Amino acid sequence: MPEFVQLWVYLASSPLFGLTATLGVYLLAQAWYMRMHQAPWANPVLWSVIALAFGLRVTGVAYPTYFAGAQFIHFLLGPAVVALACPLWERRQLVRTHWRALLLAALAGGAAASLSAVGLAWALGLPPDVVASLATKSVTAPVAMGIAEKVGGVPALAAVFASITGILSALIGKAIFDALGIDRSRIGWMARGFALGTAGHGVGAARAMQVNPDAGAMAGLALGLQVLLATMLIPLCNSLL
Amino acid sequence: MKSLTGLGILLALQSLGELLSRGLHLPFPGPVVGMLLLLAVLPWPAVRLPVIACAQFLLSHLSLLFIPVGVGVMTHLDLVARYGVRILVAVFLSTVMGLAVTALTLRWLMAPNAGGTPDA
Repeated sequence: MPEFVQLWVYLASSPLFGLTATLGVYLLAQAWYMRMHQAPWANPVLWSVIALAFGLRVTGVAYPTYFAGAQFIHFLLGPAVVALACPLWERRQLVRTHWRALLLAALAGGAAASLSAVGLAWALGLPPDVVASLATKSVTAPVAMGIAEKVGGVPALAAVFASITGILSALIGKAIFDALGIDRSRIGWMARGFALGTAGHGVGAARAMQVNPDAGAMAGLALGLQVLLATMLIPLCNSLL
Repeated sequence: MKSLTGLGILLALQSLGELLSRGLHLPFPGPVVGMLLLLAVLPWPAVRLPVIACAQFLLSHLSLLFIPVGVGVMTHLDLVARYGVRILVAVFLSTVMGLAVTALTLRWLMAPNAGGTPDA
């Protein structure tokens, strides 16, 4: 038994553990998600995160130790964002035709998400730094942290809100689009994907990419636009208010 | 080999993006600048073919890439718990607003001039 414990201590502290655990849990969650015919509630990010967080708590492995391995996966987010140019380029004709509509939808949706979050939080009597951290909730976490810091928010809180928002959008998107009567024509898929990328950044976009290629491409565009718009407009609005 | 070349190109453009973002104090993060740079060089087949091979692999597993941060968030949930249900109400309703307003605006703006297009 002591030998096993020593072995575990060694394994848990080496980067191999975090990397293998992340990949293994994701592959299981993904297989289950496919078996459930990509039902929104079976979202692989949600269940992988829950399983891994539970696993870390049970085994007592600290998050930084886990991240020493998981960072190799996290690192790929950078090149993946650069790669978002590909689905966009393939649909350049479509984007050129509809750029005004896309820009307006990104502005309207981003503003609706950000302002309603700030307004609700303020009306519910939450402290100012929490309210400020909610303004960036539709922007991908690393960018949200930077903006939140500029407008008097707490970076860690901004990352938490952004992540919860992303997962939530992947969970509830389908139900909302169906309720609003957004169909499954090409335009309908584009609207669905664009909305997922606008309101739910990367996690929403990941869901869109798995469901439909047009939705995925539009989600990638929306996520990029939200980064550009939020970095320019949220600090501006904050200084005007 | 092709997708490895693609990864090399993606990383090179991200690095260039980081340099430009920092050097010129741009408000956009390095990967986003890299994305704009890639958009500019994609018409060139020597770049496009390897990059698309790698991009397909990376983007089809985009979900996986958010897990490390997500696990970190789970370990910070006490930050949220402090403010209780109020915060969940704000996050939930604003997410519904964001999804609904975006989807409705885009469909409303796009549908009139593309209504007769057959589905792809």
